[in-house]
Amino acid sequence: MTATTDLSDSARPADVIRARPSGFLSDLFTIAGRGLRSIPREPEVFIPAIFIPAFFFIVNIGALQDLTEAIPGNSDFDYRAFQMPTAIIFAVTGISRAPGLVTDIQTGYFDRLLLTPTRRVPLLLGLQIADFVLVCALTIPVIILGFILGVGFETGILGFVFFVLMAGLWGLAFTGFPYAIALKTGNPAAVATSFILFFPFAFLTSSTVPFERMTGWLQTIARFNPLTYILDAMRVVLSDGWEWATIGKGLLAIGIVFVISQSLAMAALRGRVNQE
Amino acid sequence: MGNAIEAEGLGRSFGEVEAVKSVDIEVADGEIYGFLGPNGAGKSTVVKMLTTLLKPSRGSARVLGHDVATAADKIRLDIGVALQDASLDKKQSGREILRMQGRLYGLTKPEVDKRIDELAHLIEFDAIDRMVDTYSGGMERRLDLAASLMHNPRLLFLDEPTTGLDPTSRAFVWQEVKRLNEELGTTIFLTTQYLEEADELADRVGIINAGTLVGEGSPTELKSEVGSDVIVARVTGNVAAAEAAVAALEVVDHIDPAGDELVISVTNGAAAVSPVAVALDASGVQVAELTLRTPTLDDVFLELTGARIEVDA
Repeated sequence: MTATTDLSDSARPADVIRARPSGFLSDLFTIAGRGLRSIPREPEVFIPAIFIPAFFFIVNIGALQDLTEAIPGNSDFDYRAFQMPTAIIFAVTGISRAPGLVTDIQTGYFDRLLLTPTRRVPLLLGLQIADFVLVCALTIPVIILGFILGVGFETGILGFVFFVLMAGLWGLAFTGFPYAIALKTGNPAAVATSFILFFPFAFLTSSTVPFERMTGWLQTIARFNPLTYILDAMRVVLSDGWEWATIGKGLLAIGIVFVISQSLAMAALRGRVNQE
Repeated sequence: MGNAIEAEGLGRSFGEVEAVKSVDIEVADGEIYGFLGPNGAGKSTVVKMLTTLLKPSRGSARVLGHDVATAADKIRLDIGVALQDASLDKKQSGREILRMQGRLYGLTKPEVDKRIDELAHLIEFDAIDRMVDTYSGGMERRLDLAASLMHNPRLLFLDEPTTGLDPTSRAFVWQEVKRLNEELGTTIFLTTQYLEEADELADRVGIINAGTLVGEGSPTELKSEVGSDVIVARVTGNVAAAEAAVAALEVVDHIDPAGDELVISVTNGAAAVSPVAVALDASGVQVAELTLRTPTLDDVFLELTGARIEVDA
């Protein structure tokens, strides 16, 4: 072989705009910016995520409020406040740009991104930042609905912010699963099946009745469901105050799911970009 | 002048399938290299290896002085790539796509704005702020090309840039490729299944078939290997008998049958037409058409591979 061309800057005119490594944060915010711009352009992603939980919120209250509040010894139990975290979790679980990522893979746009000098991790994390913002935004209409129905925050405005962030962190933790499937398969049907994960998480827990009122087998399963602890944490912030033992368990549960799902997603990302 | 691309024994397998067997390529800095082959020949796989999207299964390649296997990051900084299908996010506007592309290449905001102004001529003026899903196929390809040029790449890979385009858009892309090469000195590696595209644009052409490089040279050199002139006879009847009759003539250098056509390479076309016509008549076939012309890359491809190139729409 003969010598290949030297690419030193001196070989090129000084006024030519040149590429240069852009830095991790710049890459991250560039990818996130694209994701955020896409949100209002794809209302089909977030409209069902508002409508469905609002529907269940109202219907569950209509069906179960009198029944649960009439249980002897439950006189100070507020089923509306109990249901609001459930509605929030229904709104935010599974909301991600994973279907959009599959489209990028199928159309070749993901390859276009891989051909740039951008680091690989921001290609995923940038989308998840956009997801986090969307998920936090999705909690607002449900909380407003709760206010209209008479739910208030025992912990005040700080509790409100904490409540929204907790919902956002849970949403973010869960997105790792659909992203892992999207990156592993590049198949929209496979990503759609990730919604199946939502059901055991959302229903095998204290989403509709308090933990202590559940039947024995369901109670056993719920004990191992991280959402049980996340719902408990959100409920104490809403109704009881800063009970850090309960809140800590909720945050730990989010952390465990986050580590598992993001590990899967990062492994799938490595598999997708390793040029094999 | 050095080489922008050097590949030696470059190959790629997918499981048991050898998509690219072994390819040696050298592309000089400032050259337009046409990589010609039919659909499925391995062109895109070679491009993906040279642009760091795929690891080679065997062999080695250096792009702009960097090894594709070990210095992918450095290569990505200074190459531009427009892949076979315009790969764009249709939910973004043309300007948003160019802006994002510029940011990913580390350009500052003023630099991005400057480059968008410089590249705006590639896109229709009123289209740059429209969503890409309103673009025609030709406009998408032009935006794709603009995106690949945002950072002034020293080496540009164009993977079938005009496949599926209307003649006007195709002519526009050709003009831009020539301008980039002549005015900015950009080295261009262009894959195509269009013979006239390689003929029009490329300084040198590599012909790939079934994962193997079967010929390489300037279009003129390649065509001269076929002969000075070509006589094409479209016949009905016993083609094999006609082929044998014509092949026996002293004035014939080479003959390639292709369906109902005989492609006859000769040194002096004017002198050879008459004996060829007589031989065909004597062989008992009906001659539907007899044409004398200079060789094309299609003739080169036929001679090298035994088949005519199948072109997608």
